[in-house]
Amino acid sequence: MGRTLAEKVWDAHVVRSADNEPDLLYIDLHLIHEVTSPQAFDGLRAAGRSVRRPDLTIATEDHNVPTTPGPIEDPISRQQIEALRKNCAEFGVRLHPMGDANQGIVHVIGPQLGLTQPGMTVVCGDSHTSTHGAFGALAFGIGTSEVEHVLATQTLPLQRPMTMAVEVVGALPDGVTAKDLILGIITQIGTGGGQGYVIEYRGEAIRGLSMEGRMTICNMSIEAGARAGMVAPDDTTYEFLRGRPHAPQGNDWDAAVAHWRSLVTDDDASFDKVVTVDAAALSPWVTWGTNPGQGAPLSGRVPEPREFADEADRVAAQRALDYMGLTAGTALRDIAVDTVFVGSCTNGRIEDLRAAADVLRDRRVADGVRALIVPGSVAVAEQAEKEGLHEVFTAAGAQWRRAGCSMCLAMNADKLSPGERSASTSNRNFEGRQGPGGRTHLVSPAVAAATAVAGRLTAPADL
Amino acid sequence: MDPFTVVTGRAVPLRRSNVDTDQIIPAEYLKRITRTGFADGLFAAWRNDPSFVLNDERYAGAQVLVAGPDFGTGSSREHAVWALQDYGFRAVVTPRFGDIFRGNATKAGLLPVVLAHDVVSALQDLVENDPCADVTVDLVEREVRVGDLRAAFEIDAYTRWRLLEGLDDIGLTQRHADDIASYEATRPSWLPATA
Repeated sequence: MGRTLAEKVWDAHVVRSADNEPDLLYIDLHLIHEVTSPQAFDGLRAAGRSVRRPDLTIATEDHNVPTTPGPIEDPISRQQIEALRKNCAEFGVRLHPMGDANQGIVHVIGPQLGLTQPGMTVVCGDSHTSTHGAFGALAFGIGTSEVEHVLATQTLPLQRPMTMAVEVVGALPDGVTAKDLILGIITQIGTGGGQGYVIEYRGEAIRGLSMEGRMTICNMSIEAGARAGMVAPDDTTYEFLRGRPHAPQGNDWDAAVAHWRSLVTDDDASFDKVVTVDAAALSPWVTWGTNPGQGAPLSGRVPEPREFADEADRVAAQRALDYMGLTAGTALRDIAVDTVFVGSCTNGRIEDLRAAADVLRDRRVADGVRALIVPGSVAVAEQAEKEGLHEVFTAAGAQWRRAGCSMCLAMNADKLSPGERSASTSNRNFEGRQGPGGRTHLVSPAVAAATAVAGRLTAPADL
Repeated sequence: MDPFTVVTGRAVPLRRSNVDTDQIIPAEYLKRITRTGFADGLFAAWRNDPSFVLNDERYAGAQVLVAGPDFGTGSSREHAVWALQDYGFRAVVTPRFGDIFRGNATKAGLLPVVLAHDVVSALQDLVENDPCADVTVDLVEREVRVGDLRAAFEIDAYTRWRLLEGLDDIGLTQRHADDIASYEATRPSWLPATA
């Protein structure tokens, strides 16, 4: 009996297995940021424990950092950053702080440095760790108790997950991006559909995506309820990795690639669940509600809550429309926005900025619309500036900011005001996610840019 | 962590689905670097509404939360578990949990109880009609009891044992330090190091 990709990676990391106990799984890479780590380091100190493998641990500052020049003004945010610096120094963990050439969103810098590689286990106290699954790694978010556990032991006791295949059949139509695809998938399977599973995204449309696109897909696995999402590695993966600072070199590279080529689901393997998605049926996608499963084609309308078959869905839809200030039947294209946010671990990589710049070139952001372009890392910002993208953004009237998580979760100064509405390339449209009372529509970078120009939810083809 | 055996007390009906961890505790409260003191952040936005169920004094001192499906989705913030515990909750009952939240709960000693949709609805009806009803969540017998209602729940044997004993996961894993060292000796040399 063959094995799936997820099972192969799992099996290769089992330190200890016993009846009626979870497997003890080895962790190859532990990413740290300031928000979910201070209590874990305190726990180590209280118990007199050390970090077992600082050489497999790396930290950055991302959630609280300002995207405008100058220091952190909020004293509580500053204290959290200072705690990270002190903890990293005390426990010997490498840190890329604000101002460092490798600072950025934790899920952007791991791949950028070549630290994320096929077949690895990767964890971080952040649910979007699923991003790293794009490389064929088994990568998932953990809580602070688990952060402490990994720091102390470099392992985690975990129940073996079930496996789900998301088979994307056919090719994506022109103008339909990775973000539209994953939003469409979540609309189809729901926010709970992936609970208990590791998803493997498969099919020609997935194979045709760049690494950036695959990261966007895997990033939002958690919004479908799955702790991890994966794409089998292939030549696209190897070409992305080749020459990166932490990628294997010389003979090691050849040995690594030979191993990586074995990291595919065997033909005779079976998944616990298979979901089929018709790529050709997709179009630019947008959310209308307050969870990422409440989405629809941009060409559609705000749904009528009464038409949902399930009672919980009906209640949730009505509640969402009330919160979002929307009326059933309104054309989604008629929804005006105040703010456009391009960035985050979902869509803050160079390809995302290029897609936004392609739309904004020789156009203007609509009067009264605030457009924030926030690169995912310092390196992404430098690349964008080398290509002149920042000039495209500023010429269009958008704001070119510094790297960080920014308005994805509004832990820094970038927030929506109560009642304000955004088109956002981030991953969550939860109530208050981008600021108390803020209203979020999740979109792709291209749709975000077109929306900035039109002032209403708009696809580039509509301009 | 404190052992969990049997808890009896009032239960709060939260008739909402998809209660994500951003609702349980907004990001603004995540800037703190302590592990306690999050009670004020629990459902912070919803508590501004006087009609929100947690503002109903009849449920004061409740130890059990009975919520709609997909409770604790979204962000991995363990602060969501800490906030519920700081407020006084010892157990959450729902038809379905977000995976990360459920894991965090068992690490911190908050009991996640999964019951069928209709049983959860019946429980909610019951404590809405009688807010003073004593609800018992019994991890020893793996059962929720209130009045004539008795509902068995499943939990894996290892997690149940750990919660009953209040055991420190790290201490348990460190008993296998030799296994970890043996595994480390087999890792391919080309795997990346950060230092």
